[in-house]
Amino acid sequence: MELGPHAGFIVAAYATAAIVIGALVAWVVVDYRALARALAEIEAKGMGRPGRPS
Amino acid sequence: MPIRDLANPHRFLALARALVPAFAILAALLLGLGLVLGFRSPADYQQGETVRIMYVHVPAAWIALGTWALMAASALGTLVWRHPLADVSAKAAAPIGAAFCLICLVTGALWGRPTWGAYWVWDARLTSVLVLFLLYLGVLALWRAIDDPNRAARAAAVLTLVGLVNIPIIKFSVDWWSTLHQSASVFRLGGSTIHPALLTPLLVMAFGFAALFLALYLAAMRNEILRRRVRTAHILAAARAEP
Repeated sequence: MELGPHAGFIVAAYATAAIVIGALVAWVVVDYRALARALAEIEAKGMGRPGRPS
Repeated sequence: MPIRDLANPHRFLALARALVPAFAILAALLLGLGLVLGFRSPADYQQGETVRIMYVHVPAAWIALGTWALMAASALGTLVWRHPLADVSAKAAAPIGAAFCLICLVTGALWGRPTWGAYWVWDARLTSVLVLFLLYLGVLALWRAIDDPNRAARAAAVLTLVGLVNIPIIKFSVDWWSTLHQSASVFRLGGSTIHPALLTPLLVMAFGFAALFLALYLAAMRNEILRRRVRTAHILAAARAEP
């Protein structure tokens, strides 16, 4: 579609939103995987989860 | 499920496991539909094609403001009821709110240049939103600077409640001062002044951003609960290891 003489500003605005939202999603997913791995290691070492007998 | 049950981290994690993918799928559908509607909508009679920046700029601004209000409610939970899930809520929401505020500022600058002839002007609306972004950075800095999560939560809660005064300033800045930024055109007495052909994609995108926020917020809360479990397990292990 034709976005006129200011197409660069429109594309840059959507690209900014996509990059920031993509970074947020990546942060949440990577953080979750790291935490799940850390919890699995804790369980494997027999440290147990807080509030539960190990 | 009674609302008080959500304050139980175990029940919250079970709920988040179901809701995070549901909100993520809803966000993808709504944002996809919003993009199609937005790019098929007519150009504005004055702003031309650049009005399409509105479909990301305005929802991002609403989410940035709404997130601070959510953090303020969580801050009350921290300071009044001292509930740990309130701390988790505030900490999870802050980076997401900051990111949406950044989107609002950058897309606003990119909209301002072709519309006003300037990326930035120190008018009341733009400046008060910049202050909101700096407040977000301040809250994030507090969380990082203070090791004890309870102390960090209280410090961040105080700053959040102090910063709450900025929210009505942002909302009414265009009425109280003479600003380059346009006055309210959606949430105003007498109804919206935006033509339905442009209002519909704007609202679809806004609901899409809201669903995306909820997916990210619940996922970040889940992560924070897991982080605290890891921290507690390490503290308990260190205590057991001491002679």
